[in-house]
Formats: sequence, C-alpha cells, structure tokens
Amino acid sequence: MAKTMTEPVNNGGALDYASDGGAIRSPWRMAWRKLKRHKLAIAGMWVLIILHLFAIFADFFAPYSEITTDRRRTYHPPTKIQIISPEGKLTRPFIYGYDRVDITRNRYEPNTSQVYPIRFFVRGDEYKVFGINMNLRLFGVDAPGKIYLMGADRYGRDIFSRLAYGGRRSLFIGIVGIVVSLSIGMLYGGVSGYFGGWVDNLMMRFSEIIVSIPSFYLLLALSAVLPPDLPSDKRFLMITFILSFIGWAGLARVIRGMVLSIAKTEFVAGAEAIGCSQPRIIIRHILPNTLSYVIVSATLSIPGFILSESGLSVIGVGIQHPLASWGNMLSEALNLSALTRYPWLLIPGFFIFITVLSYSFFGDGVRDALDPRAQV
Amino acid sequence: MFRYIVRRILYIFPMLLGISTLSFFIMQLAPGDALTQMALSPDISVEVMEAMKARFWLDQPPHMQYIRWLQQLLKGDMGHSFLWHAPVLWVIKQRLLNTLLLTTVSLLIGWVIAIPIGIHSAVNQYSWSDKVLTFLAFIGVSLPSWFFGLLLLYLTTKRGWNFPIGGMTSVDFADLTFWEKAADLARHMFLPVVVLSTGTVASLMRYMRSNLLDVLRQDYVTTARAKGLSNRVVIYKHAVRNAINPLITIFGFQLGGILGGAALTEIVMNWPGIGSLMLNAVQGLDYYLVMGNLIIGGVMLILGNLIADVLLAVSDPRIRYE
Repeated sequence: MAKTMTEPVNNGGALDYASDGGAIRSPWRMAWRKLKRHKLAIAGMWVLIILHLFAIFADFFAPYSEITTDRRRTYHPPTKIQIISPEGKLTRPFIYGYDRVDITRNRYEPNTSQVYPIRFFVRGDEYKVFGINMNLRLFGVDAPGKIYLMGADRYGRDIFSRLAYGGRRSLFIGIVGIVVSLSIGMLYGGVSGYFGGWVDNLMMRFSEIIVSIPSFYLLLALSAVLPPDLPSDKRFLMITFILSFIGWAGLARVIRGMVLSIAKTEFVAGAEAIGCSQPRIIIRHILPNTLSYVIVSATLSIPGFILSESGLSVIGVGIQHPLASWGNMLSEALNLSALTRYPWLLIPGFFIFITVLSYSFFGDGVRDALDPRAQV
Repeated sequence: MFRYIVRRILYIFPMLLGISTLSFFIMQLAPGDALTQMALSPDISVEVMEAMKARFWLDQPPHMQYIRWLQQLLKGDMGHSFLWHAPVLWVIKQRLLNTLLLTTVSLLIGWVIAIPIGIHSAVNQYSWSDKVLTFLAFIGVSLPSWFFGLLLLYLTTKRGWNFPIGGMTSVDFADLTFWEKAADLARHMFLPVVVLSTGTVASLMRYMRSNLLDVLRQDYVTTARAKGLSNRVVIYKHAVRNAINPLITIFGFQLGGILGGAALTEIVMNWPGIGSLMLNAVQGLDYYLVMGNLIIGGVMLILGNLIADVLLAVSDPRIRYE
C-alpha cells in the first residue's frame, strides 16, 4: 500500500517527512512506515501470514484429511524424500514404501523395491468448500503408498495434515478470542468509565473478582462446565467463548481508566452539548480514542489465547479428538515412552513456539509504531 | 500507611465472597457431580449414596448448598473432597507446600540471574552480547513453559541424563538422612526449576534492561557522571537502584501468579503440586476441591498485589497511599 511513497530522508536523526512528494500521511500510514523499518516485526508478520494461509487452505496443502487413520501405520516415522533413484540417477522426488519390521515397537524400514513418485495436484481425500465437494490436494502419492512428511501419530494420522487443520483452531482461537474479549472489554470499560459513580464501582468490583482468580484455574473450572458428550466442533466454540470470557476483564479495567480521562475533555462536552445520545458518545467519540492502545494490547495478547488453548488441550480438557489442535496433538507426547521413541510428536510444539515468537516480534513492532510516547 | 494496609486487608473479604460465589455457580453449571460416577459403580449401595448425598447436601437446592458451604467456609472449613475422602483444606495444604517450594525457588533463582543479565545488557547496549541476550530472552518468553518441560524430559531420557523424570521424591525417601533427603529433593526439583526460572529470567531481564536504559538517559545520571563519579558508582549506586523500583510491581504479579503460573508445568512434569490437584478435581467434578483451589488462588493473587503495593511505597518515597 505504501510502496509508491519514497523512503523518508534521515537528516541527522530526525526524520524528514516533507521529502516524500507531499503524499497525504494519515497516522496509520505513518505507523505502517515505522513498522516497515522494524525488520523482525516484518519477518514475524510474514511467518504469521504463511502459517494462517497454511491453515485456511489446509484442505489443499494437507495430503490427507485430519481424521484419516491408518491402523497399519501407527507411529509411522517421517518419510524421507528421495531424489536419487535406486539406480543412482537423479530423478523427480519420490519416496520409498515403509515396512513395519517390529509391530510392538512400531519400527519401520524403507523398502527400496517400492517406489512412489510424489505427484502434485492430485485427487485425495474429499473436502467441502462452500458446500461443494472437492478433492484437489497439493501433493500426494499413489495408493497404497502414503507420505508422512512429519510422521504419523498413534492412529496413523498424518501429523503434517493435522498441523494444517489444527492451525484452524489453534491460530484462529487467538483472533476470535481477542476480537470477542476486546469488544466486551471496550464496551464494559467504556460504560463503566463514562458513567462513573456506583455503576463504575459495581462494574469494576465484578471485573476485579474475575481478575483475582488465577486465570488458568478459572479456565479449568469453566472447562468442567462443558458436558462430556458435547460434539467436538461445538466444544471448540465453547472453549473459544470461555477464553474470551476470561480475557476481557483486565482490558476493561485499562480502558475504563482511559475513558475516565477522555470523558473530561472538551470534545465530549461538545458532543453532549449538541445532544448526542450516551451510547453514541461512548462508541463514536470516546472508544476510538483508545484504539491505538487497544491494537497494541491485542497483538500482544493474541499469543496468550493461543497458549491457553494449547495448554488446555494438551492436558485433555480443551479441544477434543478427532478434531486436531496443536495442543491436543501434543497430548500424545505427554506419554514419555512414546515421546522418546517417536520424537516427531513434538513438532506441533515448535509450531506453537514459532507462532508465539512471531506474534511477539510483530507486536513489538506494532507497539513501537503506534505508541505515541515513542514517536520522535 | 498502616491504615491503608488494614483497609486493603479488610477489602479481601468482600472479594473472597465474590470469588466464592462465582466459583460456586460455575460448578453448579457443570453437568452431574462426583456422585454421578459413583452411582454407576455396582459396589456402592443406594443407602450409601443417599447418606453421601445428605452429607454433602446434594439433596438440597443449590442456594441452600451455597449457604451451607459458606457457613462452613466462615468456620475455616472448605468442605470435603469426594475424590480424596478428606477435608479440602488438608488436601490443598499438602499440595500447596509442594507448589510453593517449587515456585519460590524458581522465582529466587530467576531474579538472581535476571537482574545482573539485564544490567549487563543495558550497560552494553547494542554490543554483541546484548543482542544475543535479548534474542534469547525473546525465545525464552515465547517458548511455552510446559513445552520446554517436555523438551527437557525428552532430552533427559534420550541423552540418559541422570535426573528423575517426574515426581518429587524417590521411593526410598523416608529412609534417607536429612541431607540425603535434601539432595534427593533438589535432584527432583532441578528440571522443573530450570523450566520455570527460564521463563522468569527471560521476561524479567527484558524489563530490567529497558528500565535501566530509561534511567541511564535521565539528567541526574548525567550529573553524576559530570561530577566525575566512576562508571561503577554511577551505574550501581544511582541508576540500578532506581531501575529496580518498577520491577517491584512485577514481583507482586509474580507472587500473585505463584500458584496458577506453574500449573501446566507441574502437570506436564509430574510435580505433585496444586496444578495437577486442580486438574484432577476438575476432571472428577470434585466441587469443593475446585472451589477451594479457586479461593486459595484468589487469596494468593490479592495478597501478592497488596505486598507489591506496600513494597513499592516502602521503596519509593514519592508514593504515599492515603
């Protein structure tokens, strides 16, 4: 969006914004330019974009559906992609079939007599896009071969595929969670701060109670409320809701403080004088002024939601099988003997780590870009 | 100051009432209760079930249950755990000590390591060691503690490191002498402490660094340097003392989060603390135990914040509460 603008000239430390051809510089544009200079933040942003696309188009990127099991290939190791044919010549990428040589310990060995070339844009497991059945997948191998880029789990499900599908829950729970809890938090804090008096007092006491319970315990207690026979997709929605229910209180308290000071300003008095309704004043005049804080705190608190979800799921009270989430995929790794034999079970954890790391880099950049105190 | 502290302590009681009400009604929403599972067992007769129901007031409407429970709570009795067949307070006390042991040790170690690192990083800003340290801190903050724990467990078994993987004591713990007991405990604590203190170090070091950088830009630091004081005196006597002040608030947060923060690590690393207790209680729908945990957690959090506020007032003469 800002590609057409020339970079500002750096005049001995102070930025000269007059030199970019007089383009209109809204605060957002200036923030974007500041953000662009933050290399790590941009790197984080790209990693996040790639991860989210990977999850959104999981149907396409994943060779198998998340519930495709294969009992003959439990704990299948990651298949190595070969480019040197058995005759020693360079060929298109292919994989060998694997024989299970030890059933009790799930040991596999490549069988060089079975060669499966990797094919692109293949027909695989069916999925639905807007109600239309489709089966186009980016890559795959001919049956009966199976490609496990990152190995298989206890039921022979492809971990790579489940990472893609699991990203739909693990990544988007952060975004949905922050949107819901921000909306509640802003409205709650806005109303409380604007009205003041006993309304404020009562509302703040309630939010204090929520903040005073260790959030992980509260999460655990709330997850017990969900009936055990709830279908896993509904349970996923409820978990999202629960996470948002916990997140809003801290934010509401900060917003309230900001609203308290904004409510005393002249423009609010002006809005009152021309007869704006109270909801309008809160939503249109006061809350937008808290926006830069809200955006910063949103990017910095999304990882919290992701971590809470994976934390709940890894101990088995979050998102349930057969739906994948990065957290519940890791719950298998809690079994130490399985973990030492099949270390690829840890891979989802690295995805969580990379996501959180990218968010903190990105959030750091956003804070530098939007924080008015940091502006030179 | 004294009046302020008294007022804050008195304030805990209405908060507790709120926390207990909230936790009670959350548990009321939960489907079934601990006795539902017992009812499925053929070993337990109808009479026993009825007796247990009456004992736990489960035959009464929810608001009566709540009033009964509250009455008990005022007497210092948090009710009875279905799963443990023991008073909730007794069950919690056992686990609470384990958790406190683990978290305070990690916290202490974390502070002892983080403060010097933070000072070093700020004083040598943009040096290669600062860059490496801040990058490591970013990683430490982003690595979920329970996942780090899993990684350590994996490495320990894979590499054959001589550390116990879970639990708090060895089987022959009772037969050991005092010093052997201490050594055994330390060996068991090692991995969880590494995990928890890494998180503390990573976040604390970043705070310390940015605080000290702020202070080093202040006029009085320039003045101190202009007076010809040595770099050492300027940094340790003038700057560091002021940079540590804001960290006291963080200390309060950490005190408050001392119970909840370690829960997942405890569960993953098999530390018999309050985290795994809470998980079992939730899974077994052990009402009173869950509520007891929520209340204890709440008390710790409120006390932590109170201590932080008081410490802040003590250390910074500009802050006065009235």
